[in-house]
Amino acid sequence: MNKLNPTQIAWRAAQDIADGAYVNLGIGLPELVARFQPPGRQAIFHTENGILAFGEAPSAGQEDWDLINAGKKAVTLNPGTAFFHHADSFAMVRGGHLDVAILGAYEVAENGDLANWSTGPKGVPAVGGAMDLVHGAKRVAVITGHITKDGKAKLVKRCTLPLTGVQCVTRIYTSLALMDIEDEHFVLREKLSSISIDELQALTGAELHVVGAVADLIVPDV
Amino acid sequence: MDKTIASLREAVSGIEDGMTVMIGGFGGSGAPIELIHALIDRFVQTGHPTNLTVVNNNAGNGHVGLAALIEQGMVSKLICSFPRSADPRVFTDLYLAGKIELELVPQGTLAERIRAGGAGIPAFYTPTGYGTDLAKGKPVEEFEGRPYIRERWLKADFALVKAHLGDTFGNLTFNKAARNFNPLMCMAAQTTIAQVSGIVRPGDIDPETVVTPGIFVQGLVEVAEPAQEEALNRANAVYPEFVQ
Repeated sequence: MNKLNPTQIAWRAAQDIADGAYVNLGIGLPELVARFQPPGRQAIFHTENGILAFGEAPSAGQEDWDLINAGKKAVTLNPGTAFFHHADSFAMVRGGHLDVAILGAYEVAENGDLANWSTGPKGVPAVGGAMDLVHGAKRVAVITGHITKDGKAKLVKRCTLPLTGVQCVTRIYTSLALMDIEDEHFVLREKLSSISIDELQALTGAELHVVGAVADLIVPDV
Repeated sequence: MDKTIASLREAVSGIEDGMTVMIGGFGGSGAPIELIHALIDRFVQTGHPTNLTVVNNNAGNGHVGLAALIEQGMVSKLICSFPRSADPRVFTDLYLAGKIELELVPQGTLAERIRAGGAGIPAFYTPTGYGTDLAKGKPVEEFEGRPYIRERWLKADFALVKAHLGDTFGNLTFNKAARNFNPLMCMAAQTTIAQVSGIVRPGDIDPETVVTPGIFVQGLVEVAEPAQEEALNRANAVYPEFVQ
């Protein structure tokens, strides 16, 4: 099946970030979004551990381990950086000062519930800043494969895994489509032209609503 | 007034069995490695302190710093947000064996609980965690139509933090993102010990650049060239026995 690779999903998400937006990117796949800011737009990236306006990774050997992101990876600084302690950092998060948070997901429900921190009682639980981010940013978007590696739906009626937050997700970018969550429904906005709505519905665990036109999801080879 | 403490050994000598100790840092950034190792040295020599409750964002990485403290069996409970790392085996093995207790707290709630502890605010309401497993048993109240859960302050007997410069009054500056939890923990402990790269005279730090005012700091110890946890782990270091 034709589908977007993770970098392409990140590219699509990046196109929706406005000039001047304050953005938090989750650890892993969401971090890729920072690479694809459209020309002429400048977003400011926030990391929970206390940096605004950090830049790309330094070259090997140039790391400063007092300068890392939430994923504990070394970063560099862009002009206009600010440092702050953790309480201020989460005041930015919880206080509604971030424009967008982009997170990964195990499951997203049609009512906007998100599960992305625990796969159940086995192993060591770890939550980090995810629960804060989902209730703070003005817009909470998820980027994810449309289905799991085993072919199970990640977009579901109700999450079965422990929740990160209730009714918090507003937009979902997947390997096949782009959906908004409105009035507790998945509303299909864009899909790959190579897949029909019926085929997409079969890979989705809750009803896809079509309101107006569904655009083609067009992403360059990145 | 001079809050300088002559040695790392002396700096950690007041920490007793069963105490709650906040340890600054986010991963290795801002982690007071030398103070932690001094505490381990004391334990190796005397068998104390033990049965500690440690507050940190993480659960250590590799076999140095916080991971080494846990590996020694000195920690009975950890309060943290993210007990995973590149090499979390020390904590993971003890946790899965039921030998260490974990209180998992969302990162922003952890920061605010510590801040509240330092600011004399016993509880506060936050949207974070509402409707999740981490909200179980916590009172819920609605404000402006949204549900919030009540969280309690977090205080400690000691805080061990890492700063950049400190003057003898205890005023501190921090280096880049090594600030993280450190200024909050300084406020929330009965006794805060800061390891700093340099101790300077009062007036040598521009008051406009002081991040933690000295009133929150009880002791300072100089570690001119502090180790970075990440560098130690890349060299496969193990504490107490360094193999570099």
